[in-house]
Amino acid sequence: MPQNVDKVLDHENLFREPEYKAMFDNKRSQFEFRVPAEELAKQIEYAKTWEYREKNFAREALTVNPAKACQPLGAVFAAVGFEKTLPFVHGSQGCVAYYRSHFSRHFKEPTSCVSSSMTEDAAVFGGLNNMIDGLANTYNLYKPEMIAVSTTCMAEVIGDDLDAFIKTSKQKGSIPAEFDVPFAHTPAFVGSHITGYDNALQGIIKYFWDGKAGQGTALTRIPNESINFIGGFDGFVCGNLPEIRRMLDLMGVEHTILCDPSDVWNTPTDGEFRMYDGGTTKAQVEAAINAKATISFQGYSTEKTMKLIKEHGHETASFHHPMGVTGTDAFLMKVSELTGKPIPKELELERGRLVDAIADSQAHLHGKKFALYGDPDLMLGMTAFLLELGAEPVHVLSTNGDKEWADKVQALLDASPFGKNCKAYPKADLWHMRSLLFTEKVDFLIGNTYGKYLERDCGTPLIRLGFPIFDRHHYHRFPIWGYQGGLRVLTMLLDEYFEALDANTNGIGTTDYSYDIIR
Amino acid sequence: MAALRQIAFYGKGGIGKSTTSQNTLAALAEMGQKILIVGCDPKADSTRLILHAKAQDTVLSLAAEAGSVEDLEIEDVLKVGYRDIRCVESGGPEPGVGCAGRGVITSINFLEENGAYDGVDYVSYDVLGDVVCGGFAMPIRENKAQEIYIVMSGEMMAMYAANNISKGILKYANSGGVRLGGLVCNERQTDKELELAEALAGKLGTKLIHFVPRDNIVQHAELRRMTVIEYAPDSKQAGEYRSLAEKVHNNAGNGTIPTPITMDELEDLLMDFGIMKKEDESVIGKTASELAA
Repeated sequence: MPQNVDKVLDHENLFREPEYKAMFDNKRSQFEFRVPAEELAKQIEYAKTWEYREKNFAREALTVNPAKACQPLGAVFAAVGFEKTLPFVHGSQGCVAYYRSHFSRHFKEPTSCVSSSMTEDAAVFGGLNNMIDGLANTYNLYKPEMIAVSTTCMAEVIGDDLDAFIKTSKQKGSIPAEFDVPFAHTPAFVGSHITGYDNALQGIIKYFWDGKAGQGTALTRIPNESINFIGGFDGFVCGNLPEIRRMLDLMGVEHTILCDPSDVWNTPTDGEFRMYDGGTTKAQVEAAINAKATISFQGYSTEKTMKLIKEHGHETASFHHPMGVTGTDAFLMKVSELTGKPIPKELELERGRLVDAIADSQAHLHGKKFALYGDPDLMLGMTAFLLELGAEPVHVLSTNGDKEWADKVQALLDASPFGKNCKAYPKADLWHMRSLLFTEKVDFLIGNTYGKYLERDCGTPLIRLGFPIFDRHHYHRFPIWGYQGGLRVLTMLLDEYFEALDANTNGIGTTDYSYDIIR
Repeated sequence: MAALRQIAFYGKGGIGKSTTSQNTLAALAEMGQKILIVGCDPKADSTRLILHAKAQDTVLSLAAEAGSVEDLEIEDVLKVGYRDIRCVESGGPEPGVGCAGRGVITSINFLEENGAYDGVDYVSYDVLGDVVCGGFAMPIRENKAQEIYIVMSGEMMAMYAANNISKGILKYANSGGVRLGGLVCNERQTDKELELAEALAGKLGTKLIHFVPRDNIVQHAELRRMTVIEYAPDSKQAGEYRSLAEKVHNNAGNGTIPTPITMDELEDLLMDFGIMKKEDESVIGKTASELAA
């Protein structure tokens, strides 16, 4: 036996043992009915050609590996950003298991979320009884101070009405009448996780500002000098939001972060389990109506939310995941313009240090070619940062970015000499990206964990930026926003560059003439 | 024992599907056939003439009471009526909530899994109005009804519905074994009704298997929650239903793959019979008083 208690083999090595090798060979020859090896090799080579790429891009009826998730995932993200709030997804259990595991695999933290456990009878009769029992159980077992309800495909296909269901549940004594239950319809087959984030956040703000779904009075706005900040769906939230808070504090700007899950996904191990931790309080949400202005860091993630806020008389500004020097400059100058507060010396110093770091490494990133994919806002921010570094964002791809997004990316590319021969690909998937990487080679790929299959297939080194990142730990704890975040992303790019350079120059006596100590 | 025949009655709402099907099935029972009726309409009125009941407890309402479908027994939902005809109603949610189509799927799966089809010669599905979604097409999926009878009349919308149902059948006909058994025209005394029904049947690639004349005795029987076969077995109308039952029985599971037509072709048909005036665009969208002026 290859396995023994004194030296337990992990799967990394276990399946290389002769017993397993023989078993796999046997399975392959007897049961797999493989095409001949040369036929397989031929097909693999064909998939790398321009001809195949053209066929691939003419694809109409099939999506292969879309770089997006579904609405309720985003809705759960939005809900956990509020104090003592439990996300409640009206639908079946499996969907909710997916949201919990997806976040827990990325943040390496438990993610609390409940479902109304709809089954076949609920699909036929509607899920009212599930809502009544589910809200009562949630309220009594987990003692939240707010339950934020969203929906899955099943509830949406049969047309369950959340507003009416929640009101009926309250009438039937499921939960106290005054208990706060904001809600949003988030059909998983429409849009993506950023749409769900937007819908859920808009639902929560609307609930508190516009009279608690008819069960209270709408708030009247008395403008003050504070500003609201909304981050959008963000895998680096645990590092990013504290960084935003730090910068705004340095400027002396009174601010409210609307939706802040940076604590609940970053709880310490000190012997106490925190089902809820941190988050925007209900009082803060209510007071936020009085803010002078609201800034969204990710416009595509907050379209409906920002529209609602604007209708309440706020000055608004939407960015697209600004990064690096120019991006952070634009953000801070906007804050300064809105609040009248100057940008302090400390931040100017940080800016100078980032510029210095970029200049130090400039020779290495200049002219390097990148392919990147992910959410539309992140793509815009990262494209701008790459151009700023003198790198070439050759392929910029997004599954949930549309034509209008692609035009925005193209405008960025056209405005820089490094954007020549670079292109945006809206509504495309990772199988499209595969063709792009084979036919128009780049030096590096930027994307989430799922990019590692592209890295293996195409040999393009992957730099992990986006959501989800399952196969590397703790990235989410560090900011990628602000000047400090710029340093972090710059380091990530350089690390991968130097790793690749070292790997390419370490042939003993052959290529190691350039295997240098100093880079 | 002969192989199980599974048939279904479709047709526009209010056309008299349930009345026609129950009378036909009662006549088939007279011929010694063992019959199971599966009502697939949330209104649950497909079995009242056989059971002499207002409406029977449905699979889904009993399931809701019991907690889930798994907790039901077949005896709870199966009632026996005139000439031992077995009756089941699938039922469905209250109007405006849930998903009635999914209810049909749930019920039929339950009936099959629990042996409701054992020992019968005929299973007859009575399905509401139109094939509005996948759930209401459940009775025509593979291994369900093989013969579909469409109840229609000479009215435009009934013919329109018959054509739509044919489209539904066509979708499943190529992958499965479902066939259109024929049209049954329930007389509404519209202009040239018989000719029109026959012409439509021709266009759809099927035949008009029976023209059921209008007779007030049907109404008398209905008020007593009875079929005409039972209420007035010697009446002329009972004879009509017996004749229809005979034709269904002799059809012996055969049928055609329908050839549904376009809306334009349907209107052309009405023009051919002089019911609509040819190429007269001037009357479209005009009220009667506008045309009189």
